[in-house]
Amino acid sequence: MNPSPLLKVAGLYKNFGGVQAIRDLSFELARGELLGLIGPNGSGKTTAVNLITGFVKPTEGDIIYNGKNVSGLPPYKIIRLGIARTFQMVKPFYQLPAYKNMIIPLYSPRVKKRVGGKYGDRDAVALDLLEEVGFERDAFVAYKSASVLPQGYLKRLELAKAIALQPDLIILDELFSGLSLAEVAGIVPIIEKLRQEGKTIIMIEHRLKELFRIADRIIVLNYGEKIAEGHSNEVMESDAVKKAYLGAEA
Amino acid sequence: MGNAQLNSTDSKHRRKERIDRGIKARSSDIFALSSWREMLYLAAPRCIPIVGCLVLPLVLGTYWQRVLLSVAVFALLAISWDILEQSGMISLGQALFFGMGAYAAGVLNHYFGWSPYLTIPVAALLGGLICTLVLLPVLRLRGIYFSMVTLIIPLMLVRIVEATKIFGGTEGLSGITPLTSKWIELYLIVGALLGALFGFRRMMGSDYGLVLKGISDNDRSVMNAGINIYWFKAQALFIASAIGAFTGAFMTHVYMFVGMPVFALDYSILPIAAAVVGGPGTLAGATLGAFILVPLSEVLRGIGGLRIVIYGLFLVVFIVALPEGIFHYIQRKYQQFERWVEV
Repeated sequence: MNPSPLLKVAGLYKNFGGVQAIRDLSFELARGELLGLIGPNGSGKTTAVNLITGFVKPTEGDIIYNGKNVSGLPPYKIIRLGIARTFQMVKPFYQLPAYKNMIIPLYSPRVKKRVGGKYGDRDAVALDLLEEVGFERDAFVAYKSASVLPQGYLKRLELAKAIALQPDLIILDELFSGLSLAEVAGIVPIIEKLRQEGKTIIMIEHRLKELFRIADRIIVLNYGEKIAEGHSNEVMESDAVKKAYLGAEA
Repeated sequence: MGNAQLNSTDSKHRRKERIDRGIKARSSDIFALSSWREMLYLAAPRCIPIVGCLVLPLVLGTYWQRVLLSVAVFALLAISWDILEQSGMISLGQALFFGMGAYAAGVLNHYFGWSPYLTIPVAALLGGLICTLVLLPVLRLRGIYFSMVTLIIPLMLVRIVEATKIFGGTEGLSGITPLTSKWIELYLIVGALLGALFGFRRMMGSDYGLVLKGISDNDRSVMNAGINIYWFKAQALFIASAIGAFTGAFMTHVYMFVGMPVFALDYSILPIAAAVVGGPGTLAGATLGAFILVPLSEVLRGIGGLRIVIYGLFLVVFIVALPEGIFHYIQRKYQQFERWVEV
């Protein structure tokens, strides 16, 4: 494994007017690692992801990805470097069949050449990718309009859109929220497979039980600050975390 | 399949069957055709407008030939509006594109003596380029803010022409070289309309078009694919403004004059009305809308002052009764066509 970190966040601040959404956030992410980012609602998890992917510009601080400072770059440039993310709120093109939803990521300059642009090339790749995330080909699920697909498939579609970009770092923003236990159990093997392929993953989750089973390391945010970091057992023992989650005086 | 209605009084048993079902059932995407009837079913919606547009100039009288010219111009402007709309930019300023092309052609012809066959394509590209550059800074604006800017710029340009007396000022530039004959005029604009309609429909149906539609639907999702949405929006803007500039350049040579009226609000509003009545998002709807509204406005000319009232009422009735647009309605009904089959 390469010793230099894939992602290094140093002294990151983000203010929205008078609100400090992120305060002095620093962490490193090794290649191939699965980092869990947790914290109560409004603790700045999604803002942190938006900062890393360029959807929000940091007030201060550096984001070094693969040795390059990407802080302040527009999202499309950051994503071309190999970061892909999913959104908490899935918003597919409902009127289109699932596989047509994959066309836009497959049009990305990052993968365009590899995919090919002849008629039907992208469709074929889209169907393969969707099969990988569990759109059963025999049942023609990928041909169904996104408007009739259950939430579990929409989340898989969101994941497939990120995988289509062939990223090195995948950021999953609450992928498991709103899914049943069975649906989560169906997606976990896909994430484990991605790890075997050497992808680095950041997962934002509220479903701690499922997250702790697969995460190497956990970072806990509260009010935009990192209050704990470490293995899941250590983190949950921490007094600051107990206080943030349970509101209890530890 | 379909509604199986058994005809009990008849000895023959028949039921109704949708024509498109059989075609679609054999292959979901690529049409496999088995009979002339099915081929006709698929080809008719494409052939009727083509044949219609090519035959109309021959059968119409001189007055209605002029109306047809105007129909084609507004249809092209409506297509231009629809392309922008599908890419997430609501323009209120088709007049900007039209006027820019008109002045470009006028200037090239009046000051440099270029032939119309050169000025029209050059003005289309040049006008498109200028409009794109002018609107480039506002591409980042979304929704109503973009619309406001497109509405204001043509109004500003009128005043600039008036105040600086540039390009003939309020007098405009007259004595522009006309096209060689009225037949060339008619078939040039009708051909351009058909080419734009089918060409850009194909473009919007391709993967490239899907990206443009994606920007309008969920721009963050498109950005998230590493796609520079401003570059794609600029391309869509160039395509749309070049179409508009082409019509402007064309009309300059038809009127043999270019002046301040080319920035009139009509060129902005009527294309939107046509696209909305016809059904936005298809380009064909926009064209159909122009084919209904422009002749209607001509017919109503006879009744004088109440013209606008009746015209307005017509618009309101259509928008309330058929909010999806005429084209979507016809398309749906066409796909629901049924035929009797023996059982």
